[in-house]
Amino acid sequence: MGELLDFLMSYETLRLVWWLFLGVLLIGFAVMDGFDLGVGVLLPVVAREDAERRVLLNAIGPTWEGNQVWFVLGGGAIFAAFPLIYAAAFSGFFVALILVLFALILRPVGFDYRSKLADPRWRGLWDWCLFVGGFVPALVFGVAFGNLLQGVPLRFDPDLRVHYDGGFFGLLNPYGLLCGAVSLSMLVMHGAAFLQLKTVGELRERARRWLGLAALVYVIAFAAAGVWLALGVEGYRLLSFAGKAGVSDPLAKTVAVEAGAWFANYYDAPVLWLIPLLAFAGAGLAWYLAPRRPGYAFIASATAVGCTILTAGVGMFPFMLPSSLQPSHSLTVWDSTSSLLTLRWMFWLTVFFLPLIIAYTSWVFRVMRGPVTVEEVRHSDAHY
Amino acid sequence: MISDTLVDLSRLQFAATALYHFLFVPLTLGLSFLLAIMESVYVMTGKEIYRQMTKFWGKLFGINFALGVATGITMEFQFGTNWSYYSQYVGDIFGTPLAIEGLMAFFLESTFVGLFFFGWERLSKVQHLLVTWLVALGSNFSALWILVANGWMQYPVGAEFNPDTLRMELTSFAEVFFSPVAQVKFVHTVSAGYVTGSCFVLGISAWYLLKNRHVAFAQRSFAIAAAFGLASVLSVITLGDESGYELGHVQKVKLAAIEGMWETHPPPAPFTVVGFIDQENLRTNHALEIPWMMGLIATRSLSEPVTGLKELIAGHEPRIRNGMQAYAALQQLRANPGDTAAREILREHGGDLGYGLLLKRRAPNVVDATDAQIAQTARDAIPPVAPLFWAFRIMVGAGVFMLVTFALALLSTTRRQLMRQRWLLKLAVVTLPMPWIASEAGWLVAELGRQPWTVAEVLPTWMSVSSLSVGDLIFSFCGFVILYTALLVVELYLMVKFARKGPGDAPGSSASSATPA
Repeated sequence: MGELLDFLMSYETLRLVWWLFLGVLLIGFAVMDGFDLGVGVLLPVVAREDAERRVLLNAIGPTWEGNQVWFVLGGGAIFAAFPLIYAAAFSGFFVALILVLFALILRPVGFDYRSKLADPRWRGLWDWCLFVGGFVPALVFGVAFGNLLQGVPLRFDPDLRVHYDGGFFGLLNPYGLLCGAVSLSMLVMHGAAFLQLKTVGELRERARRWLGLAALVYVIAFAAAGVWLALGVEGYRLLSFAGKAGVSDPLAKTVAVEAGAWFANYYDAPVLWLIPLLAFAGAGLAWYLAPRRPGYAFIASATAVGCTILTAGVGMFPFMLPSSLQPSHSLTVWDSTSSLLTLRWMFWLTVFFLPLIIAYTSWVFRVMRGPVTVEEVRHSDAHY
Repeated sequence: MISDTLVDLSRLQFAATALYHFLFVPLTLGLSFLLAIMESVYVMTGKEIYRQMTKFWGKLFGINFALGVATGITMEFQFGTNWSYYSQYVGDIFGTPLAIEGLMAFFLESTFVGLFFFGWERLSKVQHLLVTWLVALGSNFSALWILVANGWMQYPVGAEFNPDTLRMELTSFAEVFFSPVAQVKFVHTVSAGYVTGSCFVLGISAWYLLKNRHVAFAQRSFAIAAAFGLASVLSVITLGDESGYELGHVQKVKLAAIEGMWETHPPPAPFTVVGFIDQENLRTNHALEIPWMMGLIATRSLSEPVTGLKELIAGHEPRIRNGMQAYAALQQLRANPGDTAAREILREHGGDLGYGLLLKRRAPNVVDATDAQIAQTARDAIPPVAPLFWAFRIMVGAGVFMLVTFALALLSTTRRQLMRQRWLLKLAVVTLPMPWIASEAGWLVAELGRQPWTVAEVLPTWMSVSSLSVGDLIFSFCGFVILYTALLVVELYLMVKFARKGPGDAPGSSASSATPA
């Protein structure tokens, strides 16, 4: 028992555990808030009149607020566990992240204010804001991942101050945009899958057609991104470093950049191929199950979302933020974490609170289960 | 070298986004608690009017809450986008309370706030009451962790510099959490939130009473707000005084700057009520003073002295010289990690490394600084005195104003004289903006008083910024200001509209049919 605890509480294990936790939080965000973003994107196309839009908004209304906290907590957890990555990634992707923040800011206000006044211009304006609030983050997160895979032009100076020698438009390269298409189609699919549970009749029918289309685009884009990654994007390989329990000094390593390096983990452990396969299978099953078993379709879609993120994360491991400018300044799971003490505290707090969060979130979803109908939103004042 | 424009714009952006955020947070803190109290009364007495109260004030709460969340998202990420050196230098300690805030508080608040609005028909009375309390609890926990983080910036305990990672690292989580500065700030701030919620309910209820509308509803709301508000405002003032006492021990520079106190007086020191600050010549002109007062607030004794700014500035010089040695040793250690002599010097003077970094702005190599640069840096190490001096007086003035209003309001309510005392109702309406004035001024006192440091005596503000271009900052700053201002206008419009509409007139409610079109 004591040995197990020592092993668990070692710097090496905790770094790995925190990489996993970060994955859990990112996937939690993509699965939970992802469908809210997807519904935002679908708002103008699936719902044709005001009452239908209100059905969509009320379908996610009671729970979107809690879902968004996965994003905020993700930010806090990176800050606490990987301060170097928090500092480098967010200042590096400055304009992109500010745009995401602008878009996300529109959502809480859009949900709460839209239906408070009856004026169609007012509501139309907020519908547009809610669309932007879903579309921009859904696209930019994929673009960011696409750029991570290609490496980001950052370097550290001797004071460990991070410098980023690239602009916003550099992020909008073809591979980045392809990954943006992956995340956008994936979250639209996921949003449409959620609507299978929360809507009825024609609205559900329309959402299902979008589910099929989005799933198709997703499968093609995800496959294309994989092929391109294998053929046209160089990966990073760790040659030497200060050790898994070494000091968090991002300058103390050597790195090689070579074609196919992002696939090395998959060749070392072929079982990992199951992850991308599950992503494809999830999208297919989501489409197939949607008409009869919407609950399973949603789980399938969530699996696709989770496995897509895992596919990229596992391929890059142990890299988290590769530097194209100075490959040896890349940030890895072994050299960009907090101190051992901070990782320990955060570990125990997360182990305690995360199950609690999942438990009460599940209860809230249970209370609010069942579809929302046009009739219902017309006759209640408590609704968005 | 980091450009001053970049630093100024980064500070301006942070101050603007934080001040906007802080327009909404105190009301969320206070109103969530008041909603929980109102609903508790409903569940205990079964009187429908309290349910109606919870729903009506809840609607206004929702309008405010949306913008609180919207502006809050920015705060979580802005350290990374705009203060990346800060983030990497102290993230080991500072990131932890922010992450815990998400885990323990923000999740709780946000998950249940949806049920608060959507759960009335789906939950039992007691279940819904529980949900309301969890929202209130969540928002209060949220404040706790944010103020633990902020308290650490003011008074960085439980951490030490690690020369191998070039950053501050956690040594004791308990010290960070139980930091006296953090705890006092927490109670002071949440109490200020309760005062804000109370003023809000009191002012709007008084307005209904003046218009003779919703009288039964407004009287009950007024009574709850008056009682809760008086208790809260007393707590704010007591804890504010406690802050003064803490400052006397741990943030002497801030205390002296707030008071515009340049000289160390023989105890007990006088309190300057008003005066004209002349920072250039280190003096306050035409000061109106109350003898003994300052000494009593800061030391709670008649014999302990309160240190003046001139003496504090003089005290900075040796620390800067120590900081130069620490900085030199750090450079040697970076070149040769095995240099035990350098490590020893750093261990000895590491506590003053921050002063070495402060010097870096005037002497980029630090180690070759001239006496003039050192003397100038010693003066740099105090905050801008005049804005602090005045912001503090505005805060206290607004606080005393509210104390008087709440005391009179409670007295009048308990004696059932409210409807005859129209002047008091008018006073309650006039008091409405006071908590916001006090909160914003209080934020300025706390954060301007920390200058020129982001983390007191550890990391200077100018070093903390991200390596961005001025163009980046202009883009983000203008974007935030335009977006936030537009949203604020919309929020105020809705708030006024729904407050004017009153409780009975909500669309779809049974009362609306009784109101003539």
